Amino acid sequence: MAKYLLMRILSLLPVLAVVAVVDFIIIHLTPGDPAAVILGSDATDFDLARLREQLGLNLPIYVQFGRWLWGVLQGNLGWSIFMDMPVTTAIWQHLGPTVSLTVMAEAIAIVLAIPIGVMAAVNRGTWIDQSFMTLALLGISIPSFWIGLNFILLFAVQLNWLPAAGYQPLSNGLLNHLKYLIMPAVSLGIMQGALIARMTRSSLLEVLNENYIRTAEAKGLNRWIVIYKHALRNAFIPILTVIGLTFAVLIGGAVVTETVFNIPGIGKLIVTSVLRRDYVVIQGTVLMTAAAYVLINLLVDLTYAWIDPRVRLAK
Amino acid sequence: MDAAAINVVKSKKSSLSSFRQNIIVRRFLSNRMAVTGCILLSLIFLMAVLAPLLASQPPLQMKVTDRLKAPSAEHWFGTDEFGRDVYSRVLYGSRISMMVGLSVVVISSGLGLILGLYSAYYRRLDNLIMRVNDGLMAFPAILLAIAIMAALGPKIENVIISISVVYIPTVARTVRSAAIVVREQTYIEAIRALGGRSWRIIWFHIAPNCMSPLIIQATFIFAYAVIIEASLSFLGAGTPPPQPSWGNILSDGRTLMKQAWWIMVFPGIAIVMTVLGLNLIGDGLRDLLDPHTNKAKG
Repeated sequence: MAKYLLMRILSLLPVLAVVAVVDFIIIHLTPGDPAAVILGSDATDFDLARLREQLGLNLPIYVQFGRWLWGVLQGNLGWSIFMDMPVTTAIWQHLGPTVSLTVMAEAIAIVLAIPIGVMAAVNRGTWIDQSFMTLALLGISIPSFWIGLNFILLFAVQLNWLPAAGYQPLSNGLLNHLKYLIMPAVSLGIMQGALIARMTRSSLLEVLNENYIRTAEAKGLNRWIVIYKHALRNAFIPILTVIGLTFAVLIGGAVVTETVFNIPGIGKLIVTSVLRRDYVVIQGTVLMTAAAYVLINLLVDLTYAWIDPRVRLAK
Repeated sequence: MDAAAINVVKSKKSSLSSFRQNIIVRRFLSNRMAVTGCILLSLIFLMAVLAPLLASQPPLQMKVTDRLKAPSAEHWFGTDEFGRDVYSRVLYGSRISMMVGLSVVVISSGLGLILGLYSAYYRRLDNLIMRVNDGLMAFPAILLAIAIMAALGPKIENVIISISVVYIPTVARTVRSAAIVVREQTYIEAIRALGGRSWRIIWFHIAPNCMSPLIIQATFIFAYAVIIEASLSFLGAGTPPPQPSWGNILSDGRTLMKQAWWIMVFPGIAIVMTVLGLNLIGDGLRDLLDPHTNKAKG
């Protein structure tokens, strides 16, 4: 297991290196002079030159990259001129709401999707299967931000049951926290849940055709024990893969959902930074998000090894 | 073999392939979901093409006396805060979505196909291309698109570029995994033994056998591209106003939700119809072309 772990971690290094290079290049695609963008049109030549020097823009591009990477490795993502604080501090301040939102959305998705997928697979071809799968298809076809807008229209504007927007941290009470988070989390979780439900169904269907399932049923085991203990466990790897891979869909959805519900999270930070062209913040946040996504998929891989001995014993 | 015999063989071959095509088309048409998807998508395409004929007034025409009017016989989908007709704007918005979706599909499939094929064929290239691919795929799609848009500035061409960049690696990976299987087939070895050149093997013998997964993938990429374009425009980083796109109409609708629900509802329905149509077609094609899911279906 230790060897497997080490190999997996080493294989991440080239990926993270490419992530860093791409992240750096994207921001340097900007046409024109970033210093002019930051200072606006009425900046003097003197100010421009000083800012360029301050940002290191007068250095060759590879030196700029080296300096930036060295900083990143030491945990320094740069300084936001607009927010007048280090980018790491800005990310840290906005992290809580995003973590709450994505964790809750993922939890809702998994709790709903796996039973739905199992029910659909077990009742393949019946109206139960068809209606669940139609729902799942709708789920992957409706953008989460539009679901969010409709929720606001229905539950906040029309019925007045829930607050239309905003965020309350967990420290202000669990009930308060949930009251503000439930609509965004459900609207974000629906697409995720639909993807997981579809994968659960197809993965379980494949396993249910296997001989050992027939053996277990022939032994006279309870049908649900066969499904949950024998079939689902073996169907779980593709399901986990989907959960890991679609985490990116979740993070992406969170960016838009946070804007819809005015939640002060990472997504809101990125969108605000895009609108005022605060490139250092965009660069830092995008880098951190990609790194988080890579780490989550590492965790998913390690979970496979934990669930399935074939993975960790394979050479 | 004389010329006549070759012709007989050729005509047999072509009648066989047209027979197979016939079966595929018939099986696709017997899939009710896929047909529904085709109808939905055709409707949206017609909307986009015929927008100037179908629109009740130009999408940018303002009329202050008609501000925030609810849906009526005169304005089917109501009007917005400048008195512009929401129905006409949604119609014209379909042009943006279709144009962005199609362009992204063409660009990302084309470049992804090239990268995937060459990476499968030349093992030395493989490592390099696939590592860069892994790195690009580590960015959540919308975030990467937002970052590129932030750098390039809000313009429709840049929307297409940024979403294409996001999906090239996905296509490259799909094509590569199909091409690697084909590369190992005996007939490829036979062509190589006969002295077939690499580019010929890649483009005439491997590429055609990677088309099924590519077509399925392209359908879903079209759907994602429509959603991402709408998201970008909704966030103010996509199609710049006043040009109507479903995303930026939704963004107007968000702030006016209390007074005018219609601005937010109708473009959303249009997005759902398009994406649903594409997903239905994608699922139908997958059932049809992918032997793996056929088996699972029993």
